[in-house]
Amino acid sequence: MKIHIPTPLRAYTGGLETVSISGATVDAVFHQLTSQYPDIKQHLFTADGKLRSFVNVYLNDEDIRYLDGKQETAVTESDELTIIPSIAGGMRS
Amino acid sequence: MLRIEYADYEALRAHGEETYPNECCGVLLGKNVLGQGDGTAGANHVQQIVRAGNTRTDSAHNRYNIAPQELVKIQRQARGLGLDIVGFYHSHPDHPARWSATDFAEAHWLGCSYIITSVEHGKAATTNSFLLVGTAEDDKRFEDEAIEIMIAHSIPESGAHNQKGQA
Repeated sequence: MKIHIPTPLRAYTGGLETVSISGATVDAVFHQLTSQYPDIKQHLFTADGKLRSFVNVYLNDEDIRYLDGKQETAVTESDELTIIPSIAGGMRS
Repeated sequence: MLRIEYADYEALRAHGEETYPNECCGVLLGKNVLGQGDGTAGANHVQQIVRAGNTRTDSAHNRYNIAPQELVKIQRQARGLGLDIVGFYHSHPDHPARWSATDFAEAHWLGCSYIITSVEHGKAATTNSFLLVGTAEDDKRFEDEAIEIMIAHSIPESGAHNQKGQA
């Protein structure tokens, strides 16, 4: 399946915007991604292996946090994952 | 350095006037052009701006958030155009065009430009850009970034008619 990498993390995928990774579930695809591109791992996951709070991952048009199977959700070759860090802020400190 | 066409620059400032007294927000699409190897830093060249909705309706006058779902669509749009997300913009109603502690804590796109426009009594005042530099969350920082405003698209980039503007 295709995984779309956000601009700041392309430094860890050899500059690629889209990488092709095989796997049966979201979790398996993540494992394959981080073994192929090990430097990306710390930017996506905390030390205990949880997805960082500001990193959003969409399976097609669904946030994986809200999928029934979460990261165990089954995927096919035609699915697409999009990694998208959050955009927020504001003048109030 | 951030390079942006005058029309886009004016459009993002006008967006802040339209949403006043609330904060506006949007995404900058373009290309990051690497330095020339002679010591010059890379630059984010903006080729299109995309307005986004502010989901912080609970506190829109001093907070902004772009829905991730909308960002996924904007990233898809960028991909279709052969462009990348190179930055973001938002406004500070009746507040200086400087990044706040919240802006910094919630900034995660290293290498991207964060434009802030102060809107005073409904009129866009100062516009500044800040480049998020560093290699990870624990060493990130904002650097002041010069804004080069391109007056006319058809004039070559090195043309003498271009006006350099650092807001």
